[in-house]
Amino acid sequence: MTLTTTGRPRREGPGPQRRPRARTAALRRLRRLGRLRPRRRSRPAPTPATARTRAGRQLHGGPLTYAVLALFTAGSLFPLVWTAVTASRDNMRLARTPPPFWFGTRLAENAGTAWTEANMGLALLNTLLVAGTVALGTVLFCTVAGFAFAKLKFRFSGALLLLTIGTMMVPPQLSVVPLFMVIAELKWTNQLQSVVLPTLVSAFGVFFMRQYLLEALPGELVEAARVDGASSLRIIWHVVFPVARPAMAVLAMLSFVQAWNDFFWPIIALTQENPTVQVALTGLGRGYVPDQAVIMAGALLGTLPLLLAFTLFGKQIVGGIMRGAVKG
Amino acid sequence: MTTTARTPAAAGTPVPRPPRTQGRAAPGPWRRRLYRWDVRYSPYAFIAPFFLFFGAFGLFPLIYTGWASLHRVELASPDHMEWVGLHNYVRLLDDAFFWNALYNTLTIGVLSTVPQLLMALWLAHLLHYRLRAATFWRVALLTPYATSVAAATLVFVLLYGRDYGMVNWALGALGTGPVDWQNGTWSSRIAVSSIVIWRWTGYNALIYLAAMQAVPDELYESAALDGASRRQQFRYVTVPALRPTILFTIVVSTIGATQLFGEPLLFGGAGGQKGGASHQFQTLGLYLYEQGWFNFHLGRASAVAWTMFLILLLIAAANMLIARRLRKSH
Repeated sequence: MTLTTTGRPRREGPGPQRRPRARTAALRRLRRLGRLRPRRRSRPAPTPATARTRAGRQLHGGPLTYAVLALFTAGSLFPLVWTAVTASRDNMRLARTPPPFWFGTRLAENAGTAWTEANMGLALLNTLLVAGTVALGTVLFCTVAGFAFAKLKFRFSGALLLLTIGTMMVPPQLSVVPLFMVIAELKWTNQLQSVVLPTLVSAFGVFFMRQYLLEALPGELVEAARVDGASSLRIIWHVVFPVARPAMAVLAMLSFVQAWNDFFWPIIALTQENPTVQVALTGLGRGYVPDQAVIMAGALLGTLPLLLAFTLFGKQIVGGIMRGAVKG
Repeated sequence: MTTTARTPAAAGTPVPRPPRTQGRAAPGPWRRRLYRWDVRYSPYAFIAPFFLFFGAFGLFPLIYTGWASLHRVELASPDHMEWVGLHNYVRLLDDAFFWNALYNTLTIGVLSTVPQLLMALWLAHLLHYRLRAATFWRVALLTPYATSVAAATLVFVLLYGRDYGMVNWALGALGTGPVDWQNGTWSSRIAVSSIVIWRWTGYNALIYLAAMQAVPDELYESAALDGASRRQQFRYVTVPALRPTILFTIVVSTIGATQLFGEPLLFGGAGGQKGGASHQFQTLGLYLYEQGWFNFHLGRASAVAWTMFLILLLIAAANMLIARRLRKSH
């Protein structure tokens, strides 16, 4: 189709219009600041060259910056490393002080116990299925709905969008009781669809895709496709999806992580016989004398796939979250 | 999908020829009608799947929960509903454990949200410098976000262990006595909050960082020209520019804090729905879970859910008022 070559999607944000206002407001604040601190006036005005090096963005981080960042990074990574350390020890060693600081040798053994005891293989497979389906469904349905809200005119679109945004803050606890009654009625307890279906679409996803397409998809592109006689499905496939691909990838990642870590509803809808990873993890600690090393091995097994994805696609995930932050 | 039935033209019928194409025979009236239908009704088809699922699993349960909260419903026989009016809500307001849970939710919410957002702001400020290995720092700070509530809480339970935990060992090395993290009132709340802080600080830092990068450079340059120090630049340029983002993260964190569930449940170990031996860290989410799935009163659980919803609405209204006030004073 020739439509996609008619022009690269133009990025036209509200930025250029908004910037002068923000700037004058900030300058006003600065002037106030100057008035508040008259001593600064007596100093010789810095030359533009030094000003540039002092401006926030161009500044290199000093040693202190690196030290603080290293501290926080250590804090972020330490519990994960510690998970691996404890998972490689035996329970007796964990019940002694000082706590172990380095890896032991029993990782494989503990992981094996966790694997069989908590049904980890089935749990991982289930979670993969659930998270994959949810990510796919969310991306597909939310992109299409987001496109309709961003670029198509139809009756009640404003009211429906408002309804969508308004429900983003409805807590999941609110729907648990009736959902439970429904799946009990349908005899769906312990079946994966009871976890997949309620999270298959998300209001956040619709809003996210709408915000992206509003700016990234030029209206003329859709108009041109219309004039060429393309049906709506063709427009979706050949115009909307190619333009929306980066945002779709971000939304897919976010929904996947969220579905993988979802806790509240799965623990009510599923049991240990057919668990997701999170449900299986809660089952591990229930023994009479809980074997902490085995519990940690289970936690490690359940976290490892996502950690692996983060090491491989970390840059893209970080970029995606930051892009979502600006648009949202 | 049932939705395609509503728009025959969108459902893969051959592409209708455009009415204005030159050199071709004019399309038949049927084709033209199909095309018109497509243009008029396809938007509804596009939003239909979303609203179908959303209605079935979002809107309907929301309303039905309200309905169920006015009935006596037991877990054993959810079909049998007996009208009791506002009885469930009255019982709720009479229950000391409800007020306890509300208070705990509030304190844990403040304990987790405030330090978390302040640290995130600081981290974002640091990440905004030109750094070596910039991506590494960002990914590393985001890894807690990839860890599930369950996995994170299980590790922290071990770290906060009374007898052999690493935190108490470190305290002992510093010369302070051990803390009974789980059974103490404030120590347990702080411990639960620390799990939330650990998981979400990096994520919020990245959101702040994105907002900081959108601040135009000239602002910093003119600030520097006016002789503002780095700290003053942060205070008078960065923070005001980030105000909408900060408000956004406050709202999101508040919603998350209101719904807090997994961390206290697993932190409590066996019988975690109680939120500690004396309910010292039982949140509203846990209270709902206990009412519905341990005391078998689904009606009362529904009343808790709607109360939580009303609290969130209040927060949203307060937030809107604050935002409007801020905009006016601006």
